[in-house]
Amino acid sequence: MGFFVEVLFGGFLAGVLYALVALGFVLIFKASGVFNFAQGAMVLFAALSLVRLMEWMPIPVALLVSVAIMIVFALVVERLVLRPLVNQEGIILFMATIGVSYFLDGFGQTVWGSEVYTLDLGLPKEPVIILESLFEGGVLVNKFDLVAAVIAGVLVTVLAIFFQKTRIGRALRAVADDHQAAQSVGIPLRDIWVIVWSTSGIVALVAGIVWGSALGVQFSISLVALKALPVLILGGFTSVPGAIIGGLIIGAGEKLAEVYIGPTFGGGIENWFAYMLALLFLLVRPQGLFGERIIERV
Amino acid sequence: MTSAGGRRIGDVLLKVEDISLSFGGVRALTGVSFDIRAHEIRAIIGPNGAGKSSMLNVINGFYHPQQGKIIFKDIARTDIGPYDAASRGIARTFQNIALFRGMSTLDNIMTGRLLKMKENLFWQALYWGRAKKEEMEHRAVVERIIDFLEIQSIRKVPVGRLPYGLQKRVELGRALAMEPELLLLDEPMAGMNVEEKEDMCRFILDVNDEFGTTIALIEHDMGVVMDISDRVVVLDYGKKIADGTPDEVRGNQAVIDAYLGVKH
Repeated sequence: MGFFVEVLFGGFLAGVLYALVALGFVLIFKASGVFNFAQGAMVLFAALSLVRLMEWMPIPVALLVSVAIMIVFALVVERLVLRPLVNQEGIILFMATIGVSYFLDGFGQTVWGSEVYTLDLGLPKEPVIILESLFEGGVLVNKFDLVAAVIAGVLVTVLAIFFQKTRIGRALRAVADDHQAAQSVGIPLRDIWVIVWSTSGIVALVAGIVWGSALGVQFSISLVALKALPVLILGGFTSVPGAIIGGLIIGAGEKLAEVYIGPTFGGGIENWFAYMLALLFLLVRPQGLFGERIIERV
Repeated sequence: MTSAGGRRIGDVLLKVEDISLSFGGVRALTGVSFDIRAHEIRAIIGPNGAGKSSMLNVINGFYHPQQGKIIFKDIARTDIGPYDAASRGIARTFQNIALFRGMSTLDNIMTGRLLKMKENLFWQALYWGRAKKEEMEHRAVVERIIDFLEIQSIRKVPVGRLPYGLQKRVELGRALAMEPELLLLDEPMAGMNVEEKEDMCRFILDVNDEFGTTIALIEHDMGVVMDISDRVVVLDYGKKIADGTPDEVRGNQAVIDAYLGVKH
């Protein structure tokens, strides 16, 4: 039993990391109906900025400057990419984000360098044993994972309140549904886009910090975005809590599958299990667990 | 000048002067000028492709004409955007219904109140009490509109599920929630049956009568146009060919030719 819980915990904590990346996608999708292919590149860019700035200045200042950089990035994207493409089909905006992604990958590495950088914000890393009273031998977890879980929890709570309890939530859904109609009732499309891309940039920075601390800041963290895809399919593209639940299910699912069904397949199923789970989900519930129903009157 | 209902028609509210708009080589509008007076119902008619919808898009800032002036409430601007137009009191509906399909009737109409909400987007997240009170006030306005349009029963229904006629009504409701001075209606009765048309006519007349809202509408049903509008402007191939009261326009040879065709 203790072993099962340990695997489950490990899975949940990995899931939290996926969820952090998925959150960035959800925010932009909610507000513009666009699947932002550049989210992974944003995670890398934010982490790179931070790690290189830390060589020059104290950590808090570097954090603030990194946030500022992500806000400037949002302003630039709005002005150069989104504004000229207003009222276009979602697929066109999606293509544009692919362009943004390649640009940002190259630009980030040109400016900040392309080596592997160690990101150390002083987060605790040592393993601890918890729940010793419940299970024999307790459950071994990494303190770092616990910190990451707390960060994700706080982030989600703040975002959920911001986007669901305020009227900005209604404005966001309106913009995602129909640009033209949203403009006609006086929703400031440009402001909304800047707000959302900035928020998404800050979420990318947090995800970059967590992933960068775990793996080192390097090009491969822009690929974690791919791990967010099954999370989004499970949780729904439009739900902030869905991103978290989806992350937890994917994380726990792939770890448990690896341990318990893995040996039957000769191991290594962790890498594709999440995608298969997502595929099955698409057949049953294409809008995800918490996504908005797609209503089409025919 | 008074109309049938005894409303007082006021001064010029909106004036378009010498508007020309083209998309690449296609001329959508050529030198069109007319005005809309406060509190009147002004119809814009013309055969398909005459430039009627383009005209509405120019007025509410979706299109920027290459030439000409738009004077709204005595201020002339050509580069006005849809946000500015909305905040200065121009609301509209669309030919192909542009509602937020996933949202309920109530939420759709509530979006019309966004501009009226004073609390800033950011601060609103922090001021629970004030923001909540404000939300209640706006909700009350929206409920009055829902009563007015007789759509109480579909308050919570996602609009994507509603039949066409009701969607048109919700769209009108959203525009009304903005408490506009000028309401632009792009074919409010297209695709409706006789009964729905009668309802819509009644709503338009009531809005005009009770709230004094100025209305500019595009409509193809000539019976309706002649019945409810105070003045009619006729476009054909992007040019104005007639302008006047329904009776004047009805007898105009150029209008008859445009609609029936003419032997060359």
